[in-house]
Amino acid sequence: MTRKTLYALLALALTSAAFLFGQNVDIREWITGHGGKPAIAVTDFRGAGAAQPLMGTFNSTLFSDLDGSSLFEMKPKSNFPLSNPQRPEDLRPEDNKQGLALVDWNGPPVNATHIAFGYSAAVNGVLVLYGYLYDTRPENSQAPQLLYGRYTGSMDAAGATKVAHEFANDIIQKFGGAGSLLGSRIYFSSNRTGADEIWAMDYDGTNQKALTSLKSLSIMPGVSPDGARVAFTSYAKGTPRIMVASTENGRLLPFYNQEASLNTTPNFTPDGKQIYYASSASGLAQIFVAGLDGQGFRRISRREAIAVEPKVNPKNPNVVLFVSGPGPQQIYKMNAEGADVERITNGEGEASNPSWNPDGQHIAFSWTRGYAKGDWNVFVMDIGSKQFVQLTHSEGRNENPNWAPDGRHLVFTSTRNGRPQLYTMLADGTQVKQLTQTGTNRYPVWGAK
Amino acid sequence: MKTNEWYPVRPSTRASIAVAVALTLFAAGCKKKVVIPPPPAPQPTSEAARVNPPSASAATIAEFTVEPSTIERGQSANLRWATSGATEVSISGGIGTVAVSGTRIIRPDVTTTYTLTATGSAGNATRTATVSVTAPPPPPPPAPVVRSNVGTLESRVASDLQDALFDYDSNNIRDDARAALTADAAALQKIFADFPSASINLEGHCDERGSAEYNLGLGDRRASAVRDFMVQLGVPAAKIKTISYGKERPQCTEANESCWQKNRRGHFSANQ
Repeated sequence: MTRKTLYALLALALTSAAFLFGQNVDIREWITGHGGKPAIAVTDFRGAGAAQPLMGTFNSTLFSDLDGSSLFEMKPKSNFPLSNPQRPEDLRPEDNKQGLALVDWNGPPVNATHIAFGYSAAVNGVLVLYGYLYDTRPENSQAPQLLYGRYTGSMDAAGATKVAHEFANDIIQKFGGAGSLLGSRIYFSSNRTGADEIWAMDYDGTNQKALTSLKSLSIMPGVSPDGARVAFTSYAKGTPRIMVASTENGRLLPFYNQEASLNTTPNFTPDGKQIYYASSASGLAQIFVAGLDGQGFRRISRREAIAVEPKVNPKNPNVVLFVSGPGPQQIYKMNAEGADVERITNGEGEASNPSWNPDGQHIAFSWTRGYAKGDWNVFVMDIGSKQFVQLTHSEGRNENPNWAPDGRHLVFTSTRNGRPQLYTMLADGTQVKQLTQTGTNRYPVWGAK
Repeated sequence: MKTNEWYPVRPSTRASIAVAVALTLFAAGCKKKVVIPPPPAPQPTSEAARVNPPSASAATIAEFTVEPSTIERGQSANLRWATSGATEVSISGGIGTVAVSGTRIIRPDVTTTYTLTATGSAGNATRTATVSVTAPPPPPPPAPVVRSNVGTLESRVASDLQDALFDYDSNNIRDDARAALTADAAALQKIFADFPSASINLEGHCDERGSAEYNLGLGDRRASAVRDFMVQLGVPAAKIKTISYGKERPQCTEANESCWQKNRRGHFSANQ
């Protein structure tokens, strides 16, 4: 090897390293929100007259929404000054140490960069909430108001929850968050009626209801980007086939299944126009793509191993993840023609259930790396750098992670409390909440609605 | 003749053919009837007439009946006849010469017309009697064959067919599975003989460790591997439907290898 070639190779290696390094935020930083979060003080809002009894619900919901977004450093209320502003008119430019100047909130002991305040009143039998968000930092004192909103709801706990969600959503959007989870829904399989049916619930576990009544085995839903349809695998006609249902009323929509012993793991493309799925039509289960009605199908993968769980990148339709062999199951990627196949996971253990973060850069997935076969844990990986972080640590089996539309929350299945149940958590593995209790609940996917 | 060669035939020609066919069939049907024309009456010679002067008696038939006139094939009927003035009486249909009066039991297979010929010195007389033979009604369908050890399809499938067991993440037919499936193929032939319209589900199952989605693919592979093996042994492919259950329908739910092995299987079930 000549010296020149050596230099060329060295330069290439350095460039590649620099490219990789420069492209990617460290995965640990990424999952905790890049650091440097706004420090927010959320005051306790008070209500005039009949509105006051509802404010306990409002205050806890607002705090929990903002905290749950993982966008903010939530300042403890115990450090707050005695007086809280309720209207902008209450604010004084000078530091009076009583809480009515913004600098009172910016300095110690509160040390907040932002403050949320406001009040509510009953107006003609309607709950009206006035909410403000201000920047407390002296350098921004010329234009401290970031947000003012007037929100209305019914004069009950539901109304108070609604206005809290809406105000929290506006605050989150101010900080570049993908919005609150308000309105998003989780679709899953539950056997609580005796047979596995497809169910839906609100993002926080409320309003659980069955979508299907097929009295068979209906599992592994995928949800369309607009949240209007679920596609899933059902044994209602004997062999496992793909079915599509409306999320509004559970009505079945036509889907053409190929003549095959197995048609399964349907997933909508991010443009909502196609469904990728796995079929044994060609013998060994392989990845196919078809229209929303199953027509015009086309084989994509040409593997000499089982291929299932196709997931199209939300930012690039030419990048498709799937799970395949040979050897222990791993996550692979390919292009939309089935070429340029590359293994994503490093070959350790078994890997499955890839779920794209809306940023198209990160995935959550299940992996047995570091544990015995079958001991699944949830991991998050940067698809470019292949850096990964383990979010669960063998508290039962943890599988099927699926990103919320906000890109910060995950829903997953865990056996940590016995039978498989659904849980949510933040991308850094904190704030784990159990959403289901009855029967066995599995295969969650998080829809925009 | 190929069917399509009929099509170019013009309607008129077709009608002629139909008539010809009908006539042929009719003729064929008649052939079976035993109709023997009466023999010509013997001409008395002039000498005989001279030597034996006629007694001036002509033969007459008082009665020639068949009772009953319609029988089913295999039943019998009675011919009854009475003549007078006859020197010889004979009945066609293989009966031949008979007494001047009498009865005869007949058992024809097909409709038959019997001709009685009474020959007298002064003249002959003939009369016919027909017995119609009808075909018996078709028998009822054969009673189902009752075998004491047939049981139900479900019970036979459950008791006579063994699972084929697999290694983890594998669809290779192991030696023990090969032996089990060879016995299964023989048992299946008997089951299909006892239940000719039955077909069998071949279920592919996996243990709980691989991911549920991957295991649907793996169970499918196992079921097809078993099916292919059975087909090699002569079991009709059309009688076997493969279904992958992945790890959705385990028969054993403990987390140990003995239980996992039970779940890594190709399993036969009756197709409802």
